[in-house]
Amino acid sequence: MLTPLTVAVAVAALALAAWCGFAAYRDQPTKDRHFAGMALVTLLALVQLVVGVVQLARGGEPDGGTVVFVSYLLGVAACVPAVGFVSLAERTRWGSATVAAGAVVMAVLQVRLYDVWGGGHG
Amino acid sequence: MADGPARPPSPRTPAPGGGLGRGPGRLLVTLYAVFAVGATSRSAYQLSTRFHEAPLAYSLSAVAAAVYVVITVALIRGGEGARRVGLVCCAAELVGVLTVGTWTVLDPDAFPDATVWSGYGMGYLLLPLVLPVVGLLWLRRPHDGPDPVRSSPA
Repeated sequence: MLTPLTVAVAVAALALAAWCGFAAYRDQPTKDRHFAGMALVTLLALVQLVVGVVQLARGGEPDGGTVVFVSYLLGVAACVPAVGFVSLAERTRWGSATVAAGAVVMAVLQVRLYDVWGGGHG
Repeated sequence: MADGPARPPSPRTPAPGGGLGRGPGRLLVTLYAVFAVGATSRSAYQLSTRFHEAPLAYSLSAVAAAVYVVITVALIRGGEGARRVGLVCCAAELVGVLTVGTWTVLDPDAFPDATVWSGYGMGYLLLPLVLPVVGLLWLRRPHDGPDPVRSSPA
């Protein structure tokens, strides 16, 4: 499913993870600019969700099954907002570390998503 | 997915005996919540649609999912009782990932499909092996009174 988009989301998620991981390393909580970054990554994930659903609507058939595919898409989109809320409640370096972890999970989910769709054909 | 804990955090008045889910614990809660949601939904799907294909793997996945859910809830609730439950479940998780991991290495034929704990959690960045160890270390610390970790400048 649109491999460039999958790669873009994964790279953006890893960049966010590095950024927030650096904030955690410097003993800083997440700041407004981090939340802007999270918004950007989430936006990419939402684009991916829409593209995925459109592909399905046009008759695409994921190798791993439609239910699994859609749940991965939703999981990816929910990842960063969820850890964003956690970091709002935890105003220490551990809030930043949580966002970094969530972003890594998001990047890993991209690999799974690629597998579930069937190695990119289509 | 891993939405915030149910109890609103109040940094100035730490709950008596609580603090399991704050500071570094917050990261732990989040990771456990991810695994709880992920493993539960995956095993529910597998058990309901394809149980006959790999009954052993899918049953073990369901057990793993249940353990993750209990640990997540224990970390969020906090308190001495929850800490004990968490310790027991983290120990069970460690035993599980070591047992199933070894089992999948020695007898791959028994597992036509992977569980979270296959190959010591290799497919999940070895987090299934790392999490219980970190969880045990975190839960072993005394959590009564003010959290000593909370002194970091904001």
